[in-house]
Amino acid sequence: MIMAKPKPIEEIIRYIENLDKVLIAGCNGCVAVCEAGGLKEVEVLASALRMYFLQKGKKVEVDEVSLTRQCDKEYLEEIKDRIGNYSGVVSLACGAGVQFMAEMYDEKPIFPGVNTSFIGVTEDQGKWSERCQACGECVLAETGGICPIARCSKRMLNGPCGGSEKGKCELSVVFNKDVPCGWHLIYERLKKLGQLERFAQPAAEKDWTVSRDGGPREIIREDVRP
Amino acid sequence: MNVTTPSKLEKILKSGQYAVTSECGPPRNGNPEAVAKKAELLKGYVDAINITDNQTAVVRQCSLASCIKLKLLGFEPVLQMVTRDRNRIAIQSDLLGATSFGINNVLCLTGDHQRFGDHPNSANVFDLDSTKLIQAVKLMRDDGKLLGGFEMHEHRPQMFIGAAENPFADPFEIRVLRLAKKVAAGAQFIQTQCIYNMDKFKLWMKQVRDAGLHEKVAIMAGLTPMKNVGMAKYMKNRVPGIDVPEDIIKRLQGVPKEKQAEEGIAILLEQIEELKQEEGIRGFHIMAIEWEEKVPEIVQKAGLYPRPAVD
Repeated sequence: MIMAKPKPIEEIIRYIENLDKVLIAGCNGCVAVCEAGGLKEVEVLASALRMYFLQKGKKVEVDEVSLTRQCDKEYLEEIKDRIGNYSGVVSLACGAGVQFMAEMYDEKPIFPGVNTSFIGVTEDQGKWSERCQACGECVLAETGGICPIARCSKRMLNGPCGGSEKGKCELSVVFNKDVPCGWHLIYERLKKLGQLERFAQPAAEKDWTVSRDGGPREIIREDVRP
Repeated sequence: MNVTTPSKLEKILKSGQYAVTSECGPPRNGNPEAVAKKAELLKGYVDAINITDNQTAVVRQCSLASCIKLKLLGFEPVLQMVTRDRNRIAIQSDLLGATSFGINNVLCLTGDHQRFGDHPNSANVFDLDSTKLIQAVKLMRDDGKLLGGFEMHEHRPQMFIGAAENPFADPFEIRVLRLAKKVAAGAQFIQTQCIYNMDKFKLWMKQVRDAGLHEKVAIMAGLTPMKNVGMAKYMKNRVPGIDVPEDIIKRLQGVPKEKQAEEGIAILLEQIEELKQEEGIRGFHIMAIEWEEKVPEIVQKAGLYPRPAVD
């Protein structure tokens, strides 16, 4: 799932303080799960903004909506009839949702309300962490189901660097908290699976063309095209 | 082992004599003399001089320029290259540039994470890792090919290929496997992380010998003299992957402050003597950080002087 973090409200205020009517548009997909941009967060943000503008004596009207998803046209179309009423929209969707809304309503300023952070998991309530960097060529079969691209801070493909200590990444010193060494996890898992031999051969060169380095990516599947 | 390159370091290692290398860190400005001045302190006492590549992710004069400088002054440089800052295009380009100046040694590293350095907000590259860099140099040298497939019909790199290994990083069990992987990729010499925990190092060396790797790769023991107890504590607590046992700290604490540097050198000399007994140790890499002037004394007292002459 795509994880995001709410932007500081001061930043959102800067975007919209000179507008007269603003729509806060949530997304009930990923960002709702990570409690950054769903229905609940829309309500909280809209109330806070209303309170702020009231206190400042500014006339900025703030409305709310939450769409099923913002990365699908059919859901974005749900606001087709009312978007004309607003001078701007703050989208609490991930960066993809914000852009897709801007593409559909290309005369309307659409502002991001969250910082899209990573593809990850909910480890615990209020704790989300990265698992995948969408590098385009999954190596998990070779690495015991643990990704060296996402979980090694140097995205090494041939084992841990020299900075790994007691299972912790060298960055633990910088962050002042324990960051697990991705390769330590891979090693332990391969050992458990009885697949340590996978480690012995140097990995093939990584082809980054299928990652972000290859330019904007798309998937076209003729088998499911209309 | 046949000599594969014009590298002086390779010739000395393959002659069966102990090799001695040291390192110089370039300055954080454009001083044209700084590296040469450090190298002059080492002249005649070491066989080759590593030039660090923006070590600890702090911006410094580039390793390649410094290596060229030393080469022109008649030194034998070891070009350290990290994969943190350059992609395969830039790396191969620098290797070709180094080749054009007759630089014949390269140490292939991944590099410290940029979050440690003076530009923690920078992007990193890590297109390759150290193992892939080793393979790239070998491909260029032995097959005359670039990673993209282009064939060089002349002026291939003639690099003696080195790598680092840290016997003290975890998981310990994977360290020899990792070394084997680097050797399979083409590493010909290894300069280890600085050794303080001798018991652990010996355990690692035993595993290296059990795997027969000491016959396939020349292992140079990495050593850094402690200047004082403060440095020892800093290395223990703040430098990732360095294992400083408590007895080293206690020993330094046990002497007055003004004698601690001397004690640090004494510890290092004892280490060299102990390591000479260790089968598979083929040389010493003395990293006297901002303390290059002590290297001649260390080399002499360790019985490693004069340095052998090779063609």
